Amino acid sequence: MNIVKNRQGNELHVALEGRLDTVSAPEFEVIVKNELGGVELLVIDLVDLKYTSSAGLRTILLAQKTMNKQGRMILRNVGEEVMEVFEMTGLADLLTIE
Amino acid sequence: MKELTIAATVENIEVVTDFVNEQLEALDCPMKAQMQIDIAIDELFGNIAHYAYNPEIGQATVRVEVIEDPLAVTITFIDNGVPYDPLAKEDPDTTLSIEDREIGGLGIYMVKKSMDDITYEYKNGQNFLKIKKNLH
Repeated sequence: MNIVKNRQGNELHVALEGRLDTVSAPEFEVIVKNELGGVELLVIDLVDLKYTSSAGLRTILLAQKTMNKQGRMILRNVGEEVMEVFEMTGLADLLTIE
Repeated sequence: MKELTIAATVENIEVVTDFVNEQLEALDCPMKAQMQIDIAIDELFGNIAHYAYNPEIGQATVRVEVIEDPLAVTITFIDNGVPYDPLAKEDPDTTLSIEDREIGGLGIYMVKKSMDDITYEYKNGQNFLKIKKNLH
């Protein structure tokens, strides 16, 4: 898992690369918990995300809940396999996917 | 049949995944099925690592068996930890609004949806959780 961050003013862009799973989800959670102060737009790019387990879904849900209070969150470049997981778990309806 | 017995820790999820993937590759497993199995390993071995022996560290065994005609694979997760039947848990309500959504329970639900069969048994002081995936 590799996380690439880019903060510009009140926008934060995060690219998640590899596998979002039990081992790597906590790394992303640290960002969600500590680095969203003052962020009004969170863009998460999943172009190189291979798959996500429930640990990753929980963190994405946490990010969405946080951003609902302070701005917007957008998911970009969601691949077919990851989309299937979002749909299976009902998360697709709760997220903004472009 | 191939087996791996290893300390049930989060760090070893990767070792277990590599061990299972090696068998799957020999079977020409479709990519999608392999990915679903990898997710299942993360959920199920992750559960054992987190809860079976907490706060101690115990061992777990992962057994891979191949069924032929039609081709399928079964993976059995065995531990000596506290009895725990993940199938007894009710499925999460996937239609709730975000504020009402619980942040848990999705893992076993995903495994149930993506595997062709899943069974749980507790015998001789061990948890046996077996998943089956058809490969063709």
